[in-house]
Amino acid sequence: MELYWYLIISVVLAIFFVLDGYDFGVGIIHLFFAKKESDKEVIAKSAGLFWDSNEVWLVAGGGMLFMAFPTLYASAFSGFYLPLILVLWLIIFRAIGLEFRSQFNYNIWTTFWDKAFGVSSLLLALFFGVALGNVVRGVNLGGVENGVSAFESHYFFLPLWNSSFSPLSETPGVIDWFTIVIGLISVVTLAIHGATWIILKTNSSINNQLKSVIFKLTVVLLILTAFSLVIWQIVRPNSLANFVDKPYLVVFPIVYFIGLFGLFFVKKLKKDIYAFTFSTLVVLGGITSSLASLFPVVLPSTNSINESLTIYNTAASAYGLSVAFGWGIIGIILLLLYFIVQKRILKGKIDHMDYGNH
Amino acid sequence: MDDMLFYDRLQFAFTITFHYIFPQLTMGLSLLIVYFKWKYLKTTIEKYNNAAKFFMKIFAVNFTMGVVTGIPMEFQFGTNWAKFSELTGGIIGQTLAMEGLFSFFLESSFLALFIFGEKLMGQKLHFLTGFLVFLGSWLSGWFILATNAWMQHPVGYEILENGKFVLHNFSALFSNPWLLPAYLHNQAASLVTSSFVVASIGAFYILRNKNLEYGKLFLKTGVVFGFISSVVVAFPTGDWNAKNVANYQPATFAAMEGIFETEKAGAEIVLIGQPNMVEKKLDNKIAVPNVLSFLTYQDWNKQIKGMDQFKKENLPDNIPALYYAYHIMVGLGTIFIAIMILSVFFLWRKKLFTLKPLLWTIMFIVPFPYIANLTGWYVAELGRQPYLVYGLLRTSVGISPTVSSGNTLFTLLGFVGLYMVLGLLFLVLIGKAIHEGPTPKKL
Repeated sequence: MELYWYLIISVVLAIFFVLDGYDFGVGIIHLFFAKKESDKEVIAKSAGLFWDSNEVWLVAGGGMLFMAFPTLYASAFSGFYLPLILVLWLIIFRAIGLEFRSQFNYNIWTTFWDKAFGVSSLLLALFFGVALGNVVRGVNLGGVENGVSAFESHYFFLPLWNSSFSPLSETPGVIDWFTIVIGLISVVTLAIHGATWIILKTNSSINNQLKSVIFKLTVVLLILTAFSLVIWQIVRPNSLANFVDKPYLVVFPIVYFIGLFGLFFVKKLKKDIYAFTFSTLVVLGGITSSLASLFPVVLPSTNSINESLTIYNTAASAYGLSVAFGWGIIGIILLLLYFIVQKRILKGKIDHMDYGNH
Repeated sequence: MDDMLFYDRLQFAFTITFHYIFPQLTMGLSLLIVYFKWKYLKTTIEKYNNAAKFFMKIFAVNFTMGVVTGIPMEFQFGTNWAKFSELTGGIIGQTLAMEGLFSFFLESSFLALFIFGEKLMGQKLHFLTGFLVFLGSWLSGWFILATNAWMQHPVGYEILENGKFVLHNFSALFSNPWLLPAYLHNQAASLVTSSFVVASIGAFYILRNKNLEYGKLFLKTGVVFGFISSVVVAFPTGDWNAKNVANYQPATFAAMEGIFETEKAGAEIVLIGQPNMVEKKLDNKIAVPNVLSFLTYQDWNKQIKGMDQFKKENLPDNIPALYYAYHIMVGLGTIFIAIMILSVFFLWRKKLFTLKPLLWTIMFIVPFPYIANLTGWYVAELGRQPYLVYGLLRTSVGISPTVSSGNTLFTLLGFVGLYMVLGLLFLVLIGKAIHEGPTPKKL
């Protein structure tokens, strides 16, 4: 049961990153590449129409994590207190920017809120990458100092950074040179993902320019990925063990690289949906590969005194998990149904869709 | 340690108060939207359709606010109340996850379809999407209330040796005797808020002599729904809840009614008065003898336990706040019933649309149903103290062991600042929607 719930929650959170990921990416592209007023408006709209229904996936994923792995939820959310609250603020601030920009029609106003939207999207992409980096690197569970735990073995508190910015330190912080690299990968990935979304959903005048942007960013992403694989080995020397033990897990990195190489041909692709599909594969492959390299650990311990959190030592009771599995399946079927209905009815480009006050 | 508990509670109280401004409108409003859309299907008079679409716009703004202020609520279970989450997540996680899965998606998917899809779907399907939005928002309330009901009156659980609560009986979570009365009371109260909002916008249009046709429609609909719901809030649902409190949380009941000393026979009902915590009595009180006993047990002489019967550490820790919240809620509820009776009377006499004093009252009273709803929740939450899970888990145990009070104070101040801007945005958006009015723009 633990395993099933682990898979369900991973899928829900991966979908969240695919969906909200493109609207973070749209913000990044908006910040750097949208110059004409008409483009700015339609690009902001391509995120503005959808962001709140995308964030519903975060709420759902969070709720299920809470239900199935309460100890993990308690430990990680209190331990990552500061970065998580910053994420909340950014999410709120970004929403304010998106909704406020079109309320008054004069120059400085829209420019200001556009920047607010762009910068907060960029920071969110960075933070989510840093968060993933933290999960991969592990934390000082139990707050061990000089061989003694300061808290119960599954609690910790992470400072935003430590003086050495080193992931190899006994007391790592949220930001160090490893997590920053993962954060940059996330920014580049989501910028690409946002660009493919804009091309898919709008007729903005920069669509062609964006294709060459995507191409260049893909080159950057490839370099960053190669670099991260090297430092990943330094931070977690046994990170490939899972792929050797269970060779079928290799499918996740393969998905990532298929997406990555597909994006190199972005200028030649016949349909816009193909580019979006490839960038989706990159997002999905990236997250699932990271999770697969840890499995069954969900939050590694950086000390040798307290053991890592796994899906087994953080799960709720067997009865609770199996009851929830029953309603969970029904819920997910319904969810897919809504999703298909909605996408079928609201398909196509959004340029002329009525904005309402949404 | 005390500091930590205080700031954690204050932050939760502040963020949930701000959050609950939005869902309390959307739940009630969705029902009114379904009503307008249904009227349109039956009569094919265009104004009903425009009314439905107009309020869905207002609904959408509130929904968006609800999403961005709701995510911090879910996060705070983990960030600030980690020990509580660890110990009870296996149970309250069930209902909270069900909310996300069953109601939130329903609401958000079909809201988008309602707003963008009218021409693509035809009228019957459009009505259906509106209905599904209503269903989603009411289900959402159901799951949240089920979560709260478990904390007020825990059922279907087992406590392990390590202190963890594990689920023992899933269906008990929904047959909890606390749930249905609390849910109906909450939904009726949310309908009061939305009826007052609808009526208030109507009164505004009439007083401004603008969108008159809609002004009259909104006022009439708001007043009729407002009359029914404000009565239902008091009786039977409010009464039913008070009996539950008297039954399951007698210490809370004594505190909220302001009974310091147990009387030999029937207990008086306190209409007004100030709790004096030093001398343990009510100052300047006005009370009616024996009525509380009658209302609670239908027996004029039945004894009701006062606060003197309970140990101090088992009584709510802020008795004046609880007492005042309860009396403000009840007082406002009574005023709402009076205003709505008057309005319905003048509606029937066909004088409502020209009766300026009443129109002004209806227009400006709109913040008060919000206050009544919020104080109602304060009663529930302050009344449950000093416990998170009534009788079983103390609030002081539930906080995150590793988050310092300075961190929480810092984030609390951040939320205060950010929510000020958010509140401003909300007012601008709603003001604009009301200003533009329900008449569709000519293309």
